[in-house]
Amino acid sequence: MSTDAHQLSPTPSLVPSGAPEASRRDELLRRILEPPPAQPPLNRTWNAIVTIAAREIMRYLRDGAFLLFSVIMPILLILGLEGPLQSNFGAVAGYSLMAFAVTGMLAMTLYQYTLQGILSLLEDRENDFTQELLIAPVSRYALIFGKILGASVVALVQGLLILLLGIFFFHFPVSVWGLLLLLPVALLICFSGGALGVLLLSLFNSQRSANQAIPLLLFPQFFLAGIFIPMRDLPWYLDLLSKITPLRYAVDLLRNVVYSGQPEYGKVVLEGPVINLAVVCALTLLCLVVGTILFVRSKRER
Amino acid sequence: MQSTITSQNQITSQARPSEEQAVIEVEGLVKRYKKAQRNAVDGVSFSVPAGSLFALLGPNGAGKTTVISILTTTLSPTAGRVRIAGHDLEKEAHRIRREIGIVFQKPSLDQNLTAEENIRLHVALYGLYPYRPAFRLMPAAYREQVEALAELLDISESLFKPVKTFSGGMKRKLEILRGLLHRPAVLFLDEPTTGLDPESRHSLWDYLRRVRATGRTTIFLTTHYLEEVEEADTVCIMSHGQIAAAGTPAQLKASLTQARLLLDAPERDRLRQELHQLGLPFTESREAIELPLAGPDVQRLLKRLETPLSLIQTRAPSLEEAYLQIIGRSTLESEEA
Repeated sequence: MSTDAHQLSPTPSLVPSGAPEASRRDELLRRILEPPPAQPPLNRTWNAIVTIAAREIMRYLRDGAFLLFSVIMPILLILGLEGPLQSNFGAVAGYSLMAFAVTGMLAMTLYQYTLQGILSLLEDRENDFTQELLIAPVSRYALIFGKILGASVVALVQGLLILLLGIFFFHFPVSVWGLLLLLPVALLICFSGGALGVLLLSLFNSQRSANQAIPLLLFPQFFLAGIFIPMRDLPWYLDLLSKITPLRYAVDLLRNVVYSGQPEYGKVVLEGPVINLAVVCALTLLCLVVGTILFVRSKRER
Repeated sequence: MQSTITSQNQITSQARPSEEQAVIEVEGLVKRYKKAQRNAVDGVSFSVPAGSLFALLGPNGAGKTTVISILTTTLSPTAGRVRIAGHDLEKEAHRIRREIGIVFQKPSLDQNLTAEENIRLHVALYGLYPYRPAFRLMPAAYREQVEALAELLDISESLFKPVKTFSGGMKRKLEILRGLLHRPAVLFLDEPTTGLDPESRHSLWDYLRRVRATGRTTIFLTTHYLEEVEEADTVCIMSHGQIAAAGTPAQLKASLTQARLLLDAPERDRLRQELHQLGLPFTESREAIELPLAGPDVQRLLKRLETPLSLIQTRAPSLEEAYLQIIGRSTLESEEA
């Protein structure tokens, strides 16, 4: 019988175990360890992917502080950063800088949250559920795919919040067609962030080193990708830096969709959708393939 | 430590018959971490018979966790051959993963999820049941299993509460049961009782014994606690990456420290003289005369002694003494080398 001190409700079973109780425990143990034939899922791999993704979503829903923070942060940035920008330079730009920043925030959120979701595989690699994941009879590919899928769903929920904020408060110019097209584009951006996360997984050994490196990787991108501030008429060196920033193409692709058919399109967008799509897809694929190969190897080769 | 006579016969009767099927076979296992100067595991070989309790014992840094990481497929060996449940580690790691359950040194439950959710994730990952987003949507067989588990652990009330509200001992038990749900051939326990209070430890062992009796699962255990390996079928003592000694607990005790007989008599001079006549070596202290004798030899000696005795005592070495001796010797050897 269990004698754990934490059991608060003193049940009659707390008296020294007699024979009937011992046999009851053995009976229970038999029922746990020798269950009726299991009902395996139709496809084990897919089932594992869904399970891993579902856990990612459950974790997100349980984390109240994170949930609150992730809603407040975009509002703060939009009001605090873009408010003054709009009132000072909005007239010069000739379009709503608020709406511009909301599209930027949307892309950034999708990218960043998926990336960080993947990096949670580093989080307590040694004392959390990650251990359980790494020894489960699930291929590393399924593991990565499940992680990306789950993190993407979380990021999409975040994105939806920003989208709603944009539509109701910041004159977001998107059309109904644009909204429909937005979903696949948003998913692609999530995947591109996730792919970078997979690549980083194998480069960092701990959550701590990753946490230090993430701002270094993300902040320059936030500035150079034109999330808050338009990236036109730059000096040549900034222009060059901006052009080699992966996130720039993801944000621009999103704006291709949101601003399509709008009068501001020509002023807001940097490249055509084909170029953006090609760059984003190519980078995503590259990071994903290299990252997955490194991840599958690095876990065991120490 | 003073106890009853440790007889030689006991040792041989406890040894398992060699023809028994081995569920783990390890041959010449070597692991050198990248950029390391020396091997963390340095040519280790052993085999574990099916259904037995195998204990890997050793101080920190001896290589226990490295061995268990390799056997559980999370770390590649540098050299050597490993077979688990008939599968080769190199070629069929994915098959091995199905055949093993693991309870890690550090908790591997998702603290933010409920006990039931943790179990649900496990059974879905191991392909026992399809994943469903809520408990009541899961197959009935699964729900019955979980309800039995909750009753056994007395957590029916908190089954749907986050695991972080559970006590350390309760989490361990939950992890052990979770590790057994897919009916593994081997359950690995990496220092399962570290950090638990004595009462929880006792309760956990009680519970492991039940699990062994019911499930007939092979248990591979690493531990610091010597009293936990006294009931193991085989104990391997690791030190500096090598197996310093192996055998049943009784064999280890017997081979490493000799049992001693303590005698005393009101007329100690007479006793001393008698022992001299018999040609027996002995040492003497204030409270007794000590002889390196054990088992039937004690009886043979007592029959021949005529001096009335005031003290007859056999002193069997504890496993702890044997263990300290092995570790000490192997440390000296490795420093000389």
